[in-house]
Amino acid sequence: MNHTAMQLLLAALVVLPLLGALGALLPAPPGLKGRNPDQAVLRHGVTVTGVVLAASVALAAGFDHDHPARMQATTDISWIPALHIRIHLGVDGISLPLLVLTALLTFLCALYSYFKMPTGPSPKAFVSLMLVLEAGTLATFAVLDLMLFFLAFEMVLIPMYFLIARWGGAGKQAAAWKFILFTLLGSVVMLLGLLLIGVKSGTFDMVALATDNGPNSQLSHTVQLIAVLAVGIGLAVKAPMWALHSWLPDAHTAAPTVGSVLLAGVLLKMGTYGFVRIALPITPEGMHTFAPYLAAFAAVGIIYGSLACLALVRKGAGGDLKRLIAYSSVGHMGFVLLGIASLNPTGVNGALFANIAHGLITGLLFFMVGALKDRTGSTDLDALAGTTGAALYGRAPRFGGLLAFAAVASLGLPGLAGFWGEMLAMFGAFEPAAGLSRPAFLTFMALAGLGTLLTAAYLLLVVRRVCMGGTPHLAPIAPLGDGSRPDDRAPGEPAAAEAPALPDLARYEYAAWSPLAALTVLAGLWPAALLGLTDPAVQQLLGGGK
Amino acid sequence: MSPMIPMAASPVASLIQSVDWLAVAPPTIAAAVALVVLVADLFIPDAKKPLLGWIATGGLALAALSLLPLLDGDRRTFCLMGHPSVCSYVADPFTLVIQFLVLAGALLTALLSIDTIRDHDLPTGEYWFLLLSSAAGAALLPASRDLATLVIALEVASLPAFALVGLRRGDRLSSEAALKFFLSSVAATAVMLLGVSFLYAATGSLHLSRVADTLTDLPDPRLATLASAGVALTLVGFAFKTAAAPFHFWVPDTYVGAPLPIAAYLSVIGKAVGFSGLILVTVQGFPSYAEVWGPALAVIAALTMTVGNVAALRQAPDRAHSAVRLLAWSSVGQAGYLLVPIAAAGYLDEPARAIGATVAYALMYAAVNLGAFGVAALVARTSPGNRITDYRGLYARRPLAALALGFFLLNLAGLPPGIIGLFAKVTVFSAAVDAGLGWLAVVMAINVVIALYYYLQWTAVLFRGAEAPEGRPAPARAGIPAALTTAIALAAVLGVILSGAPQAVLRFASGALL
Repeated sequence: MNHTAMQLLLAALVVLPLLGALGALLPAPPGLKGRNPDQAVLRHGVTVTGVVLAASVALAAGFDHDHPARMQATTDISWIPALHIRIHLGVDGISLPLLVLTALLTFLCALYSYFKMPTGPSPKAFVSLMLVLEAGTLATFAVLDLMLFFLAFEMVLIPMYFLIARWGGAGKQAAAWKFILFTLLGSVVMLLGLLLIGVKSGTFDMVALATDNGPNSQLSHTVQLIAVLAVGIGLAVKAPMWALHSWLPDAHTAAPTVGSVLLAGVLLKMGTYGFVRIALPITPEGMHTFAPYLAAFAAVGIIYGSLACLALVRKGAGGDLKRLIAYSSVGHMGFVLLGIASLNPTGVNGALFANIAHGLITGLLFFMVGALKDRTGSTDLDALAGTTGAALYGRAPRFGGLLAFAAVASLGLPGLAGFWGEMLAMFGAFEPAAGLSRPAFLTFMALAGLGTLLTAAYLLLVVRRVCMGGTPHLAPIAPLGDGSRPDDRAPGEPAAAEAPALPDLARYEYAAWSPLAALTVLAGLWPAALLGLTDPAVQQLLGGGK
Repeated sequence: MSPMIPMAASPVASLIQSVDWLAVAPPTIAAAVALVVLVADLFIPDAKKPLLGWIATGGLALAALSLLPLLDGDRRTFCLMGHPSVCSYVADPFTLVIQFLVLAGALLTALLSIDTIRDHDLPTGEYWFLLLSSAAGAALLPASRDLATLVIALEVASLPAFALVGLRRGDRLSSEAALKFFLSSVAATAVMLLGVSFLYAATGSLHLSRVADTLTDLPDPRLATLASAGVALTLVGFAFKTAAAPFHFWVPDTYVGAPLPIAAYLSVIGKAVGFSGLILVTVQGFPSYAEVWGPALAVIAALTMTVGNVAALRQAPDRAHSAVRLLAWSSVGQAGYLLVPIAAAGYLDEPARAIGATVAYALMYAAVNLGAFGVAALVARTSPGNRITDYRGLYARRPLAALALGFFLLNLAGLPPGIIGLFAKVTVFSAAVDAGLGWLAVVMAINVVIALYYYLQWTAVLFRGAEAPEGRPAPARAGIPAALTTAIALAAVLGVILSGAPQAVLRFASGALL
């Protein structure tokens, strides 16, 4: 594909959702009115995100896979000369998978919402906000100018705030505020760091900065330290790193299903992507100084996340399943941060792989937990599990099976996507970049290893409590998926009321979830497809752009 | 260049200054139209009084248009005999930008006023005369390059404002607000005059460039104390106009008591007067005292933004006039951001470069703040209490007004979709970082987060569902007056255009204006 077509595709990725968001607010044109205005606007959302997904797939197809380290489809136009801000877009092996993942998850969310609109005010605003969110996320991965990166980073805040505050569940206002205040505080601090880089080096261009050919070339050691600290705090809030993560469980628990999926699937990646794209190449010395601390926080995050999940999964703890998956995200993102902190190609590749894997698997998990809530009215583990377990295998076997699949993928079973990223991240920590304390990193690696065990423990407990369970009252009589009430048939058995049959996977759920499951298997069996893209680009970033 | 007095002029000719009328046109036109309105008021029958409003609006538009011929280069007039470079009136890029800000802001205020005057039965002729006089003073101020003209311009801008604040006859709040404003303002002016007299005593000149020269090398070292006292006291007067802490106490009560368009006027043009005066005296007048006023302004800026934002945060949304109170306190917070680049100028070798950030920020702030006041005026027509809770469900009643207000508020907060607000803040931040004022940048960062909380809370109210069924019956949907709509639409269109092309205002931040 020629260069202009690629340029247009990449620009369309950012601009289309924005236009779509505006379009969603306008009344539907004649001929596209659908059954009713709500249906029309939800269909509009599916159409726009579908087109964006198609564009991203076309971009991936046109991408020169032989040179993934080179910035491709680049556009570079001056926008605000006063601040040296340029509209510089481009895609390489690091950002391409994230772009496709974002487009895919948003499309699946739009598809899911078309059939299952979250309860709340008009879908018009919902679709519009979701599209702005998509534009902001895609822009974050596509821009190559620090100020535009900041702009895109900020662009997702308002839509996500409203998605949580208007369409969320219990405690949504407080959760939405916590989300936006934490992330905004982080991102203004990040802005200070980015400005420091810009002021000292004379350019905001990421490519020029990464290759040290900005007007003033190298940044001094002190500047790098301050810049990494400031930028790192902003990114670490978003990622989230342990100690700055406390907004995440609340936001996830309160957010509507689609909000949780996008938050976990793509928004968190903006933080880790920023580390790889900005902190590693632009401020290598500063990163080198702070890497052990980052790794330590990451290791603590892994342990903390899994211990929190273990506490939630206990019987009688009243743990919320959505909250549990949110905490598991803290642990998984800990692996990503550990990989980045090891500063060697293995670790960073692992981090990028774990990024994608986490997006696929946790996206799927949040989808399923949301659907479980719609079916049973609760995500409280104790309420779900009753005395023996929720017995999804018996009550909705396909649903239960897929949930167990997602849980097993999340714990990092070899052969599924979750495995490679975490393995490579730990492998990276086994032999960190020269100059980093090996004993320290070995300790972090050991902690991470312990974390995988704990992760396996809580996820298996989740499977045990949610998918398995006694179903003597139900099993012989309930033809699955017909939605009829089992207690009609089992009178006199009080326990029967606890386990009504659940609707199994609906067709739209197959449509929305099977791509995620399929990609999880694909990425697990053929990791080279992804690593082949990221590795050359990572080598180049770590090598100072040579 | 303006016609200059020849060096070897005859004694008679040297007594007559030739004036570059084109250069002084913007303030002069505003003042002349003010007089026309005052006189016309006597002859126009009551039924046709609204005509005065359109004359005044036209006059302001004309004054703004008279800036166009001045764009080609610097003009100076009222220069000292024999010293053509020492002038009292200079039309350089800085002057033109601030004059544009003042006149365009006054124009928007005029559009907001037309309906307010009718609704509240304010004295038409007096209102327009006072507004135009104040605008004339505000337009004169950025061009002034000597301390006497500065003080006079400041007073011409302020005195009519006192009367405007107290114009709501029979309203106790209004008279109280005017008195409060008047007393504190007069005290500040007195202090400033004292400072100016000290400086005159120490340097023997009122012209800023001469003052600057003499201050670097005082004829007698014993004058140093007098000179620095003079510098400090002069700054106080302008700090008051900018509503910088600790001179901000008059703001909330004055805004609530004043007619709404006048509150808008004070929040934008009043501040423009204050900070342009500050820029002139600090950067042009006292560059050698940068190590005194730089840190002082930095502390004042930090204090101002914190006080304003924390107070705005504490406004109860169901209190009477809470919307205007919130805008009042938030304008104090915004004044803090405006001061940051001026403080940064004290730390830089080329101070003129930093102040461009203030100018760019002020232009953004003027457009969106006037827009926000416009929507507040619109809501005040149906719910005179103007509580923030009255804005609940505005989107359902008036979608466009709600979207516009949401856009203005997010611009003030500095978050997308308010892109121009975001980048205006970025320029201010970058001025602070450039000057090495890291601590001030961090304080400002925290303030931005505090401010987001109340701006976003208000924005969220707009889109919340309509009032609960037990609430009052929904206010009758009154027609939207054309002038008010025009003002809001102008502000919104300006904001949207600038969000697409921020360079239009941000270019002032890159070039030296003075």
